[in-house]
Amino acid sequence: MPDDVLADLAAATDGDAVRPAGDGDAVAGVAPRYVAAPGSTEEAAALLRVAAARNLAVVVRGAGTKQDWGGPPRRLDLLLQTRRLTGVVEHAAGDLIVVVRAGTPVAELQAKLAPAGQQLALDTPLPPGAAATVGGVVATNTSGPRRMRYGTVRDLLIGITVVRPDGVLARAGGKVVKNVAGYDLGKLFTGAYGTLGLVTECAFRLHPLPTARAFLSCRSSDAAEAGSRVAAVLASQLAPSALEVDAAPGGGTETAVLLEGTARGVRERATAARALLGGATVTEQPPPWWSSYPWRSGDVGLKLTAALSGVPRLLAAAADAARRHRAPLTVRGSAGTGVLYGALPAATAPEAVAAIVTELRAETAAVGGHVVVLTAPLAVGERVDRWGPVEGLDLMRRVKAQFDPEARFAPGRFVGGI
Amino acid sequence: MTTTDISTLATALRPVLGDAQVISDRQELRTYECDGLAQYRVVPALVALPRTAAECAATVRACVDAGVPFVARGSGTGLSGGALPHAEGVLIVTSQMRAIRAVRPEDERAVVEPGVINLHVSRAAAPFGYYYAPDPSSQQVCSIGGNVAENSGGAHCLKYGFTTNHVTGLEVVTPDGDLVRLGGPAPDAPGYDLLGAFVGSEGTLGITTEVTVRLTRSPESVRTLLAGFAGTDQAGAATSAIIAAGVLPAAIEMMDALAIEAAEAAVRCGYPAGAGAVLIVELDGPAAEVDAHFTDVERLCREHGAGEIRVAADDAERALIWKGRKSAFAAVGRISPDYIVQDGVIPRTALPEVLRRIAEISAQRGVRVANVFHAGDGNLHPLVLFDDAVPGQAEQAEEVSGAILDICIAHGGSITGEHGVGMDKVGHMPRMYSADDLDTMQLLRCAFDPRGLANPGKVFPTPRLCGEVPGRRRGAHPLQEAGLAEVF
Repeated sequence: MPDDVLADLAAATDGDAVRPAGDGDAVAGVAPRYVAAPGSTEEAAALLRVAAARNLAVVVRGAGTKQDWGGPPRRLDLLLQTRRLTGVVEHAAGDLIVVVRAGTPVAELQAKLAPAGQQLALDTPLPPGAAATVGGVVATNTSGPRRMRYGTVRDLLIGITVVRPDGVLARAGGKVVKNVAGYDLGKLFTGAYGTLGLVTECAFRLHPLPTARAFLSCRSSDAAEAGSRVAAVLASQLAPSALEVDAAPGGGTETAVLLEGTARGVRERATAARALLGGATVTEQPPPWWSSYPWRSGDVGLKLTAALSGVPRLLAAAADAARRHRAPLTVRGSAGTGVLYGALPAATAPEAVAAIVTELRAETAAVGGHVVVLTAPLAVGERVDRWGPVEGLDLMRRVKAQFDPEARFAPGRFVGGI
Repeated sequence: MTTTDISTLATALRPVLGDAQVISDRQELRTYECDGLAQYRVVPALVALPRTAAECAATVRACVDAGVPFVARGSGTGLSGGALPHAEGVLIVTSQMRAIRAVRPEDERAVVEPGVINLHVSRAAAPFGYYYAPDPSSQQVCSIGGNVAENSGGAHCLKYGFTTNHVTGLEVVTPDGDLVRLGGPAPDAPGYDLLGAFVGSEGTLGITTEVTVRLTRSPESVRTLLAGFAGTDQAGAATSAIIAAGVLPAAIEMMDALAIEAAEAAVRCGYPAGAGAVLIVELDGPAAEVDAHFTDVERLCREHGAGEIRVAADDAERALIWKGRKSAFAAVGRISPDYIVQDGVIPRTALPEVLRRIAEISAQRGVRVANVFHAGDGNLHPLVLFDDAVPGQAEQAEEVSGAILDICIAHGGSITGEHGVGMDKVGHMPRMYSADDLDTMQLLRCAFDPRGLANPGKVFPTPRLCGEVPGRRRGAHPLQEAGLAEVF
């Protein structure tokens, strides 16, 4: 029997862009019926108008490096891939801005910017070889060590082009860094997990590549000692680009500092930082764990946040929970901004994961933060509340209802079942 | 909305806020008729001065129940008419909520009420070696609540960003009258970044009642230089060269000959005599880095034709260099009876071309334009001079001012870099954004304010009809429908 929906989708594109779904297209265990890879923003809009008319549930996929984040979709008809929405639209080096299509791998973008001595100052903490796309990084709001100096997606994104769930194409912001005309929809789409529509183009502010850098690392015996080192660096005027900790189960805590700048400046600052830390190894290359999540594919991955002074407490609480539940909980992340990541092996009993998450939530709540379960095996996902308490959830539901009244975009993937 | 309704509302609010906190006397109301953009004047029907978040929420709820629009106002220094009152609405003034609740350098945070003056945050943090980075020129009088509404910038946002980059948490009264927390002391709260959407929404999504701001560690070293150039072309080229060299100064400011003349007349800042343009470049950070880059900056200025270069030897000399720049707007009053402060943005590299176009238009129309701008990020503040006493001059100045915005749009820039759209630039929004863009932005507004009661008529030229209004715990007032119809 001919498939009318498939025919409609194909008619909206150049034809080759649409196919029936097959093995390997499932999102968190949920299989779509169709897969489409539009070649332009206009084609994406045409596809999404068909999806709206046919009441199709849609999930957007970039490189798929974080497709396991968030809950499984409640329903799924169309998997929309951004792999053909690639390339730099404009790189105005003199203005330190770039406009790039959402399906472009971040690494490819960086390679295009580097010859001009520029960078998108955003780390993408992924296993080597993973080609996270610009759109995926924006949709999941990922960040890494250098967020301490440059901020996160929300601080670097200056303009955005989206296709709404009803297929309408819209832009917000622009391509100048300073701009307060209209609502900043880029921030709304950042970290929205594809629940408000499809991001097709992003404009970013860029930063010059530093001419020199130095990593300093040192090992502390416990969370308290690491905490006092972190506090000493924070109170200094050394302006580090990153301040990270890595606490493996039973292995003490490593603290690492990144300094970026001129050759002379970095040399002098490294000497001062070394003294401040009470001794440290100084290298040009990062420690092996730098800018990588502590979990492997299939493990439980947590994001833990805290007000800055709460970081040592959180490290201690994590070590304590690991001991009591006999679970090898690794914690790593940006002590300089209050964002840590935790990992538990895939084989950890779901009950133990749930108990640890509950205990850590009590700790983060006491220091103004949250615990989010970014990724987890399905059995664990069913046992834990992935997002925990969310302030402003009622308003978020209302935003969702305005943008996607039929709840067709990534339904169930986001906070409060959005 | 009738007089009776407003007096009913006033009667309902007095026991909640206190008699002195509700103003209905016509003469007193008149003192609130405009904000920093005095060309628009509207006397509000009522002024409410809440002292707590709960009082602010109660005031909004009373407005919702009566179907009366409300406008929030901080210090009233805004330059786009964003806090222009509504003739049939309540002006909710937050300037009496001015406690600094906490300064926590160990968290790099301070928690303040919306009426707190911008500069007072930095003063409170200074003993600990921290400061609040966004520094609008009005920082001695403008409030943090107003900064949040406008996403205010300042001379140093080239390096440090705007209000939105320095606010991590808010407590707001929604247009339903509910108190809601967005964000907090920690970053990356789960869910949509409503905090990011709220900052810069110009009072159309609700009223801020508490702000958690990021404090920044004071830099080890600050170095400032003033360089005189023959004209803006040379100063612009120097700016581009500094950026191209990979230097990110804390600030790069430019003033043209007319702006220099005005500043000299007003504050005797001692800028180089006969300069066609001056650049102020400030570097900050670790001393070793600042020293290295400062040498580059001096060299690049000379290579691009700088005559005199003056380096501030101490804080007093730095203050003198900045005095001319910071007083520039007011100083123009010395050389012209009236003037319009424009605020537009262009890509930095378009600077020479855009300045030539402005000069051409100025010459063609016989309207003088003084240029003061944040050169590092392409944010222009042309000051269009006129004499209101001469018939036709105000209109001419308006035309020139509008033409400058058109040039900004044509170069892919923005109609406002920091002053906001407010009432002043509502008409320009459709030139910068498509109907679909504006419609999409208003989806957010409909989520927050389906009745369209929060600062109606600002930012968007045509309000979107929001469809079904979500249910409230109180029944809808019969007059609300009538009120809504009037608002729209």
